[in-house]
Amino acid sequence: MTETTPLLRVRDLSVTFPHRGHALTAVDGVSFEVSRGETLGVVGESGCGKSTMGRALMRIVTSATGSVELNGVDLTSLRGRALRETRRKMQMIFQDPISSLNPRRRIADIVAEPLDAWKSATGTERDATVEKLLREVGIDPALHGRRYPRQFSGGQCQRISIARALAMRPELLICDEVVSALDVSVQAQILNLLEDLKAEYGLTLIFIAHDLAVVKNVSDRIAVMYLGQIVEMAPAQLLYDAPAHPYTALLLGSALEADPDQSRERVVLQGEPPSPLDPPSGCRFRTRCPDATDLCAREAPVPRDVAPGHRVACHFPRRRAD
Amino acid sequence: MSDQPLLSVRNLNTTFATPAGPLRAVDDVSFDLDANETLGIVGESGSGKTVLARTLMGLQPRQNVAVTGSVRLAGHEVVGASTSQLRELWSSEVAMVFQDPMTSLNPVMRVGRQIDEVLRVRHGMDRAAARTRAIELLDLVGIPSAAQRYRAYPFELSGGMRQRVVIAIALAGQPRLLIADEPTTGLDVTIQAQILDLLDSLRAQMGMSVIMITHDLGVVATRTSRLLVMYAGRMAETGPTGDVFRQHRMPYTRALLESSPKLSNAPHTRLAAIPGQPPNLARVGPGCHFAPRCGYATDQCRNDAPPLEPADRPGHLFACWHPLAPLSETTGAPS
Repeated sequence: MTETTPLLRVRDLSVTFPHRGHALTAVDGVSFEVSRGETLGVVGESGCGKSTMGRALMRIVTSATGSVELNGVDLTSLRGRALRETRRKMQMIFQDPISSLNPRRRIADIVAEPLDAWKSATGTERDATVEKLLREVGIDPALHGRRYPRQFSGGQCQRISIARALAMRPELLICDEVVSALDVSVQAQILNLLEDLKAEYGLTLIFIAHDLAVVKNVSDRIAVMYLGQIVEMAPAQLLYDAPAHPYTALLLGSALEADPDQSRERVVLQGEPPSPLDPPSGCRFRTRCPDATDLCAREAPVPRDVAPGHRVACHFPRRRAD
Repeated sequence: MSDQPLLSVRNLNTTFATPAGPLRAVDDVSFDLDANETLGIVGESGSGKTVLARTLMGLQPRQNVAVTGSVRLAGHEVVGASTSQLRELWSSEVAMVFQDPMTSLNPVMRVGRQIDEVLRVRHGMDRAAARTRAIELLDLVGIPSAAQRYRAYPFELSGGMRQRVVIAIALAGQPRLLIADEPTTGLDVTIQAQILDLLDSLRAQMGMSVIMITHDLGVVATRTSRLLVMYAGRMAETGPTGDVFRQHRMPYTRALLESSPKLSNAPHTRLAAIPGQPPNLARVGPGCHFAPRCGYATDQCRNDAPPLEPADRPGHLFACWHPLAPLSETTGAPS
């Protein structure tokens, strides 16, 4: 859509882990782009490879193949210091806010850690930066800066993680299930905070989560993953209004809405995902798909555009009911 | 059928003695549950919903806990009952399904044996009869090739399948009341929907009553007939599910509903977050526990706890000094 180069360009990213003498392909040939200032949501059931993909983008997982370009620089070709320098522009926030903070350090020092590591701010400048970051995530630095993580609730710890991630002034923030451990009232605070910070810092977000309503709420575009592959990618509203892949449609049908008038005659996805150690031939979703035919067992569907910006990997994509 | 409800809870209090002083995790809770009814208990972490469930079962520890009030289950008093009296109730009158199916199953025992155990010890079945019944139960809860899975260990099953096993164990004694504490938390949405549908069909099939405890309003919206909203150990609001969703009077109920993201919202919809966080129960004031986070709070709220008052419709109660105006059926807009 935009003429400028995307901030992130991922080509044919695969991650394979050895597993008892077999190869487990957790992420299988994933390609996508994320424009500057955009939020890409990634949804899927547990084991679909969404977290592994996030880690592979950061190159925390080293057994990845394919290319990950940030601002046109291929991270997979970089090593050592050059990789670390480039990676400052990408930061990640994890699901469990309490265990991702060092329990023995004061929170002001936790937030300052990236600054110290890179010596990008020292002395009073460092302290001022930390204070500003904490204030921006809604934590009073004067009152709380010298406390330890255990003195904070899960929501507050997640705020501290966000402050630490922002210390490097990243361009890309990868959020892996960042609100799934939080209560709804606190979850809403964190989601609103992320939206505010995104605008203020001009961030680009990859938002990985299993909760469809949460993902729709923050995303511009959404990628749906199943057994290591992206099966559908579309603008957020379009994906929910007109899912083309049967898996997306069934996933949406299974979602529980806080609405007593919701129809009970929903079509619920039956069964469980097959093992990634032994994925089905052809289309990986065919074993649970109501529309599957012989073709689906023989040939893996190639992702194709069914509308501008709406890509689906299915032999028989569903058409919008007009 | 008698006029007695299956479960009748009156002025129930559960207080823990902690180094910081007494902590009232369940604070003056009263409700009734009829046969074949599903009650949803909704609250955030620390609202006392799990402690309430354990108190209903008589499962709270003996030391440092004081329980007052009354829990009458099918004519038996649970509060103050001895362990042997409780054993009579467990499994045949009431059973519980916990959140984490991995830790509620014995990891070194085949799942079939874990069902057998209930049937043999509690219901005096012989080994062969128990095995047949256990396989029937595994089949009933939707486990494919039940006879083979009878010999599986918990680690060989997925999270959804393990939760089905836990449900099978709970159903083994054909209880009249099933208490499900966050039965689908931690499961994928697709599996979550399957488990909830299963529980609902089993309830209808076996004529059970169900108490569904959850933090997720989506879980209770279409599967319960009544709701109890808890905040910091107290009842904030209770009533028929539709009334609580649409005609709620307590600001906390509305805040909870409005802070949940909805699939029907457009992307980037600003959520109505509740400021602050749930209180520390060892350090709450005398007034309404929600007052520090409530936009309507006054000095009265901070000093006096509001009593439960009836709303317009029968069975709908709320605890608030400054209740929201009842919404008209059609508009649904805040007044």
